[in-house]
Amino acid sequence: MNILKFFTAGSVDDGKSTLIGRLLYDTDSILADQLEALQSSNRKNDDGTIDLAILTDGLRAEREQGITIDVAYKYFQTDKRKFIIADTPGHIQYTRNMVTGASTANLAIILIDARNGVVEQTIRHSYLVSLLGIKHIVVCINKMDMVGYDESVYNSIINKYQVLAQQLKLVDVNYIPVSALKGDNIVQNSEHMDWYEGESLLHFLEKVDTDNLDKSQLARMPVQWVIRPQTEELHDYRGYAGQVLSGTFSLNDKVTILPSGASSTIEKIEFFDQAPTAAHAGQSVTIHLKDDVDISRGDTIVNASALPQDSKLIEADLCWMDGRALDTSIMYLIQHNSKVTKCKVSEILHKVDINTLEKHPADEFKLNDIGRVILKTADALAFDLYDDNRANGSAILVDSRTNLTVGALMFRAAVE
Amino acid sequence: MSTYNFDYLDELEAEAIHILREVAGQFEKPALLFSGGKDSITLVRLAEKAFRPGKFPFPLVHIDTGHNFEETITYRDKMIERIGERLIVGSVQESINQGKVIEQTGKNASRNALQTVTLLDTIAEHQFDACIGGARRDEEKARAKERIFSVRDEFGQWDPKRQRPELWNIYNGKIHKGENVRVFPISNWTELDVWNYIRREKIELPSIYFSHEREVITRNGQLMAASPFLNMDDDDLVFRKQVRFRTVGDMSCTAAVESEATLIDDIIDEISASKISERGARLDDKVSEAAMEDRKKGGYF
Repeated sequence: MNILKFFTAGSVDDGKSTLIGRLLYDTDSILADQLEALQSSNRKNDDGTIDLAILTDGLRAEREQGITIDVAYKYFQTDKRKFIIADTPGHIQYTRNMVTGASTANLAIILIDARNGVVEQTIRHSYLVSLLGIKHIVVCINKMDMVGYDESVYNSIINKYQVLAQQLKLVDVNYIPVSALKGDNIVQNSEHMDWYEGESLLHFLEKVDTDNLDKSQLARMPVQWVIRPQTEELHDYRGYAGQVLSGTFSLNDKVTILPSGASSTIEKIEFFDQAPTAAHAGQSVTIHLKDDVDISRGDTIVNASALPQDSKLIEADLCWMDGRALDTSIMYLIQHNSKVTKCKVSEILHKVDINTLEKHPADEFKLNDIGRVILKTADALAFDLYDDNRANGSAILVDSRTNLTVGALMFRAAVE
Repeated sequence: MSTYNFDYLDELEAEAIHILREVAGQFEKPALLFSGGKDSITLVRLAEKAFRPGKFPFPLVHIDTGHNFEETITYRDKMIERIGERLIVGSVQESINQGKVIEQTGKNASRNALQTVTLLDTIAEHQFDACIGGARRDEEKARAKERIFSVRDEFGQWDPKRQRPELWNIYNGKIHKGENVRVFPISNWTELDVWNYIRREKIELPSIYFSHEREVITRNGQLMAASPFLNMDDDDLVFRKQVRFRTVGDMSCTAAVESEATLIDDIIDEISASKISERGARLDDKVSEAAMEDRKKGGYF
């Protein structure tokens, strides 16, 4: 059994919270006391049934306004998989929350209201999915009950969406006609849509192969912590602790340590009381090297035959996440895995109108703005391009005046 | 390309270890909040996996309400001896003696809310800049929205509207002096995940998690352990019952469930079939719909 992390894009009007509530409800993931709390709440659907959307509205302000403001994480499992849902708000003013939710997901559910078809926010949500590099997409055409479960409505929406998917270079796009409110094609296949031969949403989510196991050759491990017991019996013990971001390290592999460029060989891999012969993507391990090289937190151990980019000038997509606009004249901190260094945004190449996908020249960057910039870092970063290696191609910007996380970065190129 | 087995428990474990090591790398004076409950016991095992054969780069901190189950304290002391790490105890009784908090009165009196003051004092006294806790997002809907690195102001307050975006697996632990960060490495675990992990790792637990016979009373429809810490009167009928506890908190606010589960397998079966959530057995969450959100804003774990 593995984990599928997915996120849902859509506004409250699309029935996003209802869809998640329905998934939880129909998989028996809501417990009696939570249900009791729901039933005693005074928000009900028009027909008096429980408003499943309440399940995902966690904060008081959200309940009062009936909207989702922040990312909420929800959990459920079937006998096939454990699921982690990042439930994110869909309105443009919460773009940064959606980017946050999407950053850890390997599948996206895009909701379209069958009555409205592909609209501005569908474009926006799909753009964010492509920006964040989510490979698998399920387009749920919701509220099919409101259009008489009409196949032609479904087909015409698919036709429109395919044009968008092509434009955004989305690869694995799947379509499911649903009614979250009535439960059609969410867990059980719908009795109202004989013409739909595919799977229900849940069955699809249970089966989709999301490559949890990274198969790339780009072995990377940022050093988080150096283990040095300095006891008598472990006097010379020096272990480099970290989580393998991508690829595989095996015993005797030749490795390079960045930024110093020193080389060595893997002598031993430890995981608590075990000594495995290899460490794979996702695993948190401790690595020992044959040579006595100077390594500390912030350094990256990489496969010597597949080196990452190594540059102080980087072209990146930036999503601005702070109320205080980007200031190209000041220094920020950039945090890339365990490495933190000073950084400037030296140039804004363009900004994207995420409702129309048009690029504009720009000289300012405000909350929720997205576009392409050139970064200049104080120390070189050992990074990969986001499309090649998401785990080593992303970073955040921190404003050292406020300590807030102000930007999300996806590396697109090293500037020569 | 070799294949390897990396199931959901491995994935959750690796994520938690990564988070613990980020705490070690980013903070000057972190601490691990240890309650004696299964979640903080799980954290201790994860810390062993993150830092052995080295020492933990932080002490364990126990906020002692003075209303503990005796079994929890016995377990705590034995465990500290086994792992050889430092334990700091913050005492609610002492906060009461100093007049910083006032003992609640009445039938539903509990020291649960008083803990917050002792916790904040302990943080200030030792100047902890990060406190690792065992809270999970599946416990409660305010927690479902809390970050893994959750920044608190110098009054310990959580501001849900001003949370930092938390992207990929990059955690921003930068803070101003006086602020601190609560860190929740098992945010993405569910109650069942924790139990499955405890079973897999063969982790020993305090005996109150398993079925035993105990004197109880009924309070607000729930079974409470009869103890000197519970304000009881002549109307409270004490009787013996085969019970166990699903969470370990203050004796005056943690309800027991009727159970015959004596083995961990029985407990997992019981939870899988259960229709009541874990925090359903906590009277402290029942006060209002926003009970947890309000307590977190006030500096609670």
